Amino acid sequence: MANDLFNSFMTGPDEKGRFGDFGGRFVSETLMPLILELEAEYENAKTDQSFWDEMDFLWKHYVGRPSPLYHAERLTEHLGGAKVYMKRDELNHTGAHKINNVLGQIILARRMGKTRIIAETGAGQHGVATATVCAKFGLKCVVYMGAHDVERQAPNVFRMKLLGAEVVPVTSGRGTLKDAMNDALRDWVTNVRDTFYCIGTVAGPHPYPAMVRDFQSIIGKEAKEQMMEAEGRLPDTIIAAIGGGSNAMGLFFPFLDDKDVQIIGVEAGGKGVNEKMEHCASLTGGRPGVLHGNRTYLLQDEDGQILEGFSISAGLDYPGIGPEHSWLHEIGRAEYVAITDAEALEAFKLCCELEGIIPALEPSHALAHVMKIAPKLPKDHIICMNMCGRGDKDIFTVAKALGFEM
Amino acid sequence: MWPGRLIFPPALGTSGGLDEKDRPMTRIDDRFAKLKAEGKKAFVAYIMGGDPDYDTSLAVMKGLPDAGVDIIELGMPFTDPMADGPTIQLAGQRALEGGQTLQKTLDMVTEFRKGDPTTPIVMMGYFNPIYSRGVDRFLADAVNAGIDGLIIVDLPPEEDEELCIPAQKAGINFIRLATPTTDDKRLPKVLQNTSGFVYYVSITGITGAAEAQAADVAPEVARIKAKTDLPVIVGFGIKTPETSEAIARVADGAVVGSAIVSEIAAGKPVSEILSFVKGLADGAHRA
Repeated sequence: MANDLFNSFMTGPDEKGRFGDFGGRFVSETLMPLILELEAEYENAKTDQSFWDEMDFLWKHYVGRPSPLYHAERLTEHLGGAKVYMKRDELNHTGAHKINNVLGQIILARRMGKTRIIAETGAGQHGVATATVCAKFGLKCVVYMGAHDVERQAPNVFRMKLLGAEVVPVTSGRGTLKDAMNDALRDWVTNVRDTFYCIGTVAGPHPYPAMVRDFQSIIGKEAKEQMMEAEGRLPDTIIAAIGGGSNAMGLFFPFLDDKDVQIIGVEAGGKGVNEKMEHCASLTGGRPGVLHGNRTYLLQDEDGQILEGFSISAGLDYPGIGPEHSWLHEIGRAEYVAITDAEALEAFKLCCELEGIIPALEPSHALAHVMKIAPKLPKDHIICMNMCGRGDKDIFTVAKALGFEM
Repeated sequence: MWPGRLIFPPALGTSGGLDEKDRPMTRIDDRFAKLKAEGKKAFVAYIMGGDPDYDTSLAVMKGLPDAGVDIIELGMPFTDPMADGPTIQLAGQRALEGGQTLQKTLDMVTEFRKGDPTTPIVMMGYFNPIYSRGVDRFLADAVNAGIDGLIIVDLPPEEDEELCIPAQKAGINFIRLATPTTDDKRLPKVLQNTSGFVYYVSITGITGAAEAQAADVAPEVARIKAKTDLPVIVGFGIKTPETSEAIARVADGAVVGSAIVSEIAAGKPVSEILSFVKGLADGAHRA
């Protein structure tokens, strides 16, 4: 740890919600009083032991935390270089890291007396996690999902309905994740009194990026302790996939001041990061702009119009990225790379065959980068990648890509 | 890759008030002075720049003053209009598909100004296209084109250094939205760096939604007028000449957007669109 705040990377955001030049509160006046109220409530909850006691209890007994830190022996042997560990957040209840954050926000919503929860979802993992926690607490839940995603993620739509949520297919714009977020914001503007907007990633207006990061940081905190127990030292490299960037921020944040730990974020390169923009790599192929309440790197044309991303993974299919990642990118504390659909599919298959773990397509991107760098690294180099979701939801997409008839 | 010492920069000043000398006087102030002298309320009309195409949109815009429009709000299309209902969303999509850009919206104003040096023009939209162009470059172009004010939906007072302060230093009014959620504690902050007029949003919700109710709006307008000398104009949910009149009666004027855009969406001829606008304007002017 850095021994003084002056040298720390963990003090952000500032009081304006900025990480360097990124972040902020770019929302309409109707929402401004709401996010100020949310910020005050969150600041209050953060220092309230009873809030964290409730979180810890539910993380343990409802989510199943701590998730294991697993040494992937056969994968390590196969790659012939660095020692590979996986942080097994795919073993959480609902099958991904998303529920870590949802629990925090719903407990906060309850403290604020809100009775109606709205959320946006792409692949459906955040929607399922939100519907799950709402069912547990008896709260009304409305999930906005792009009409295109409703079609290609039918099992998750049914899960949400079983859990009592109303799923609203979004046809505005192009009917994708960013449009689902627009419609969720429109709902929130209309139903300001009783509604809490549960954002699924480290994006949106302040305090969301910081709040979601804090809830997801349980991943990195556990990984640190578990690594000390397993190896007696910290890992040399930590790696996670990035769409909006919540699982990555959760793993990275507790390591930011451990300057010997290399941090790598893996964006979705789709068909390749080129001028055709068939990818979702906001940092690798975008530039700073303002969308959904924050300034961050965005995929956009030269007129400042937002472009659609493209990725085999519906969970990475977002034209922006959390503002803290944009800041870490600009100051160079973390390194960001892109992995193509084809590379992610190879990693997906290898993980199934060598480790008996069917990964989601999102962490398959992180794993693909591990496969690229591990062979060139010495055997005493330790890599920890975040296995942030399981692949059950993706089997249809993968089958199609591999030419299987289901 | 490891930077040496690093810290978050301190917040910029207190962002305090705009100096009075920097508060611009524009065609908007002249127009309100004229209306006041005539004992009339203002009628403000919104159209989306480039909807459904550049030429039609410019023809409608040029006809608005004769239809009784006192101030023109010209929409800048954006792919992700988070505060707008389906009508304005679709208008933006039509405009973008028709090839509209920020430059073309500025060009519309330049063209309009050739025949009308007095009607105030307020550009309304979202921040990213302006940020993408560069704030200084945009403001220089906007001044040259003859723009009087800006309404940027996703720039609350908390982000005043981004555009609000630079715009007013460049001589362009920055018009703020006040909403039913803007309580008395927050109102001074919203009014602080506002100029031209205050746009009161009659409902919590998106554009083109529920019908505005004069009885709900009246006390809110009074609440705002107690704190500012600026005119207070009311918009969102005004669709008919009757509502236009009722709302204008309890405020300094009324804004209509979605209802006009719907006429454009229906593909009506320019003359019919303008006679619809005239009905709304006459309503407000009866107040």
